[in-house]
Amino acid sequence: MHSIQNNVRMMRSWLMMALMTLGVVAYGQHETHAVAAHQKSDSAAVAVGHAEEAHAEEEKFNPGEMIMHHISDGHQIHFIGKLYMPLPVILLNHGHLEVFSSSNFWDGFNEKGELKFKSYTAASGTTYENHHEKIVISSGEGHGHESEHEAPMDFSITKSVFGMLFIIVLMLVIFRSVAARYKAGANKAPTGLQNAIEPFILFVRDEVAIPSIGKKKAGVYMPFLLTVFFFIWMCNMLGLIPFLGGFNITGTLSITLVLATLVFLITSFSGNGHYWGHIFWPPGIPFGIKLILVPIEVLSIFIKPLVLMIRLTANITAGHIIILAFVGLVLLFGQNSAVAGYGVGVGAVLFMIFMFFIELLVAFLQAYVFTLLAALYFGDATQEHHHEEDHH
Amino acid sequence: MEGLLSVSVGTVFWASIAFISVLLILKKMAWGPILKTLEEREQGIANALKQAELAKEEMASLKSGNEQLLKEAREERDKLLKEAKEMGDKMRAEAKDRAASEASQLLANAQREIETQKNAAIAELKNQVASLSIEIAEKLVKDKLNDAEKQNALNSKLIQDLKAN
Repeated sequence: MHSIQNNVRMMRSWLMMALMTLGVVAYGQHETHAVAAHQKSDSAAVAVGHAEEAHAEEEKFNPGEMIMHHISDGHQIHFIGKLYMPLPVILLNHGHLEVFSSSNFWDGFNEKGELKFKSYTAASGTTYENHHEKIVISSGEGHGHESEHEAPMDFSITKSVFGMLFIIVLMLVIFRSVAARYKAGANKAPTGLQNAIEPFILFVRDEVAIPSIGKKKAGVYMPFLLTVFFFIWMCNMLGLIPFLGGFNITGTLSITLVLATLVFLITSFSGNGHYWGHIFWPPGIPFGIKLILVPIEVLSIFIKPLVLMIRLTANITAGHIIILAFVGLVLLFGQNSAVAGYGVGVGAVLFMIFMFFIELLVAFLQAYVFTLLAALYFGDATQEHHHEEDHH
Repeated sequence: MEGLLSVSVGTVFWASIAFISVLLILKKMAWGPILKTLEEREQGIANALKQAELAKEEMASLKSGNEQLLKEAREERDKLLKEAKEMGDKMRAEAKDRAASEASQLLANAQREIETQKNAAIAELKNQVASLSIEIAEKLVKDKLNDAEKQNALNSKLIQDLKAN
């Protein structure tokens, strides 16, 4: 029995190691490829449009651009090298719905191996352009500055939306199958996936919900807290998997905004008289101070979810940026001399392995922090007793 | 940076729909049954523990009952043994007494018998001595009386004896 458990544990840690090394290689490979292509085209005249011409330093490897390309949302998923996956573009242009594949914007690859874009005329006759991943209506005079273009409402399934839908399908599959085990009855001993999931469900219930909200009311908020916890965690983890397009779902402000708004709405709607009373007329405080305190309290209603949103986005994005920055460092040194590149590469890879471990922790930690704070806000809104002072 | 910090209406739209629907679906299909079963299981475990505790107590009380019974049985046995021993002692003592009294009775009887026999023997002996004495006296008298002289001398002697008396 014991040796099997040890073997499984060892295999698991090896798998994790392998996964992380792969990640480093994946990022590295792609960028090396880009740089190699780039160096070949050193003297070649690049005349793709004024977007490229505008950048005098285009010839040099730009780590900032590379990093932004990986962490920003987009209309296609970039796996590795020239492997791209198109995503549906859904536009609402003055009440007119346009649906087409984002591959319609693709125009082959330039000498650096980067995807080139062209304009596309939809069935309705309107011509659209993918301007730095922002879909605009083409003015008919080629490329121009973004501000000159009229932009339709963009309801596209972007990279982050696609990743989110993928995670949601995954969640439905996993938790439906796990729930089926539970429906079999309370007398059945937990098996398989149930064993992996149950500790986290219990963790959210016993360490997050009940201490923050109280045993009596925690049950109402458990579905939201569990969904948020697993959603954020799984999205964070998906972002760490290499070759998969570098998803940055929980680093996308639009998505964390939705989560934070839900927290805000649930907190506000479950707020009892006690909660609102403490915000608009804090008891036991002189009138003069009330005048100062009340606006602060009112602001805090909005600041709390706002901070939730920014913390999650910033933490996850920062993790991606750090790892990519080390890749950029290697490539930057490698551009000047191969020896310097390899030399820096050894240190950078070691540090990236370390960062991947940190990011695994952060992926869980941020899901936990978001869930815990949401639970604390719900608890604040629903508590009956006079504990308010403890939180300020 | 603009792509990173801007909020896209479309993404917000999809995220809201997707997240709220997964929340509702999971609430109905997964979290509800899972949390309910977890609670039931915990209750079941708590009940089982409580029952085990009760069973333990029952066992302890049974054990003490058993011990009590055992103790009583032991006491009973001791009492019985003691009684039996006493009775045995008593019986032995009685038997001894009876034997002693019988022996003394027998002895007394024997002594009495011996006395009687002795007396009878003495009486018979007396008779025989008397008859023998008479016979001897007869023979002596006869012999004496055969000779006139001797007869005279005896007469005279006898007369003298009588006179002396």
